[in-house]
Amino acid sequence: MKVLVAVKRVVDYNVRIRVKSDGSGVDTDNVVMSMNPFDENGLEEALRMKQAGVATEIVAVTVGTEQSQDTLRSALAMGADRAILINAEEAPEPLGIAKLLSKVVEQEQPQVVILGKQAIDDDSNQTGQMLAALLNWPQGTFASKAEFEGDSVNLTRETDAGLETIKINLPAIITTDLRLNEPRLPKLPDIMKAKKKPIDMVEAASFGVDLTPRLEVVSVSAPEARKPGVIVANAAELIDKLKNEAGVL
Amino acid sequence: MSILVIAEHDNSALNANTLNTLNAAAKIGGDITLLVAGSDAQSVVDEAAAIASVSKVLSANDAALADGLAENIAWLVNGIAANYTHVLAPASNFGKNFLPRVAAMQDVMQVSDIVDVVSADTFVRPIYAGNALVTVKSSDSVKLITVRSTAFDAVEATGGSAAVEELAFGEAFEGVSFVSRDVTVSERPDLATAPIVVSGGRGVGSKEDFAIIEKLAEKMNAAVGASRAAVDAGYAPNDFQVGQTGKVVAPDIYFAIGISGAIQHQAGMRESKVIVAINKDEEAPIFQIATYGIVADLFDVVPELTELLS
Ligand SMILES: Cc1cc2nc3c(=O)[nH]c(=O)nc-3n(C[C@H](O)[C@H](O)[C@H](O)COP(=O)(O)OP(=O)(O)OC[C@H]3O[C@@H](n4cnc5c(N)ncnc54)[C@H](O)[C@@H]3O)c2cc1C
Repeated sequence: MKVLVAVKRVVDYNVRIRVKSDGSGVDTDNVVMSMNPFDENGLEEALRMKQAGVATEIVAVTVGTEQSQDTLRSALAMGADRAILINAEEAPEPLGIAKLLSKVVEQEQPQVVILGKQAIDDDSNQTGQMLAALLNWPQGTFASKAEFEGDSVNLTRETDAGLETIKINLPAIITTDLRLNEPRLPKLPDIMKAKKKPIDMVEAASFGVDLTPRLEVVSVSAPEARKPGVIVANAAELIDKLKNEAGVL
Repeated sequence: MSILVIAEHDNSALNANTLNTLNAAAKIGGDITLLVAGSDAQSVVDEAAAIASVSKVLSANDAALADGLAENIAWLVNGIAANYTHVLAPASNFGKNFLPRVAAMQDVMQVSDIVDVVSADTFVRPIYAGNALVTVKSSDSVKLITVRSTAFDAVEATGGSAAVEELAFGEAFEGVSFVSRDVTVSERPDLATAPIVVSGGRGVGSKEDFAIIEKLAEKMNAAVGASRAAVDAGYAPNDFQVGQTGKVVAPDIYFAIGISGAIQHQAGMRESKVIVAINKDEEAPIFQIATYGIVADLFDVVPELTELLS
């Protein structure tokens, strides 16, 4: 079966971002960018499906600017067979992304689409569920384990109370949690090979999807800083502070 | 304004986060309807009807709604969403799972995880693991919103007597079924709402040694939390994880023990009233946001603290 994996280029998780002083957004100039960590889990899962003989072809897809080719090259270096870049100058909202991806699904006819459960830039946690709705497919979100069996998958999900297992029939959407697997690091020869793998470039506008934003960004601000604290010497002093200074004990 | 709030529950009791979500609804202002979608969840319906700020309870009772499957709840909510100006759910794994599905069916861009209501169409939400707050104005005719519980106080659970109306469910979604649930049983209070949380990180070193975290928590009648590293290493179950991808908590006291304080961890606890950090590395970033810090070996300090609290 064919597996489509959605990947996103985001500010690297190690970067401490800065809010622009005019409140218009977050400063992303000269900042290290990388693949959204959850998407690495998605791709890794697809690669393992291929190793296990469950998947035959892995297609990585992203919506972004031409710079997102970097992210697709990383996906190809990890082991994706080919990649699709949907070129959009203004980053569409999750709803728009889901609509674009639904068009790619129509063209590519994958049996499984794997997405990260959230992107660590806007933390929306929506795109996979929205794509599932648009396709009228079942969804297995926040997955920490996926076992394929014929044309269904037993999927273990992380919930607020522990774990739960559901069975979903293919075709289906899976969104990943970080504990699904440990993504591999591409080796140098793979990185070289990836340079020869094909990336299809398509204009977002060519899909005939309305990408007009529904949310207007009014302002972006930094959260209030916490008051600086103090170092105390030992447990006894801590208890005293909690009782008599903070009044929380 | 007429607002639909989707209750989270386990068919026997209402989850406290529903009360926080109702408060966000009250801030928007207007008539509030609470939907209880479940199976034989009469006790939840009774609880829902008793909440003072709720003017109507919709009760959908069907075996297909027993286990919170997103496909079925989304179908149900989609059928009535257009009757309301706003549809709200807690930004828990329950709400995050089904509400975006409704949003796509309604052709609406959901506003995720709000921490403030500016007006009926303008909301504040954290981005970049809470390192920035964005204020967004929605132009959608129905506003679909998930609510961060810790940012809104709970409304009164009693004092009301709302009318209850039945809502019929249709066909269960084909192609998804519930298999099993593995719920973490803990004698400790619920992590999401406990006034004191004691969390351990990689520094605790092993599952066996994690008992010293549990002992302190027991002494303080606190909930136990963990960093991702501690969960990944198997010291604690996944639902104990605090952070960007785990739970968001805001207790009166949060103990970060053997936790370095990565931004992703801070995202889940930086709104705590008092933060106590115990770490042997004085450079650990957790000290930058700690109210009180102890630079020492946790294996010395934590047992001493537990002892002194006796
Ligand atoms: C996309 C993404 C999402 C993430 N989401 C989360 C999340 O939700 N929650 C989360 O917690 N993390 C999350 N992380 C991981 C995060 O980046 C850190 O790796 C993690 O929080 C580190 O956990 P830790 O502090 O326990 O471990 P470490 O960073 O290894 O810190 C251990 C600390 O223990 C101290 N220590 C060691 N021994 C002792 C001792 N004997 N006495 C006292 N102190 C000692 C050390 O000095 C050190 O500071 C996420 C990462 C990514 C990429």
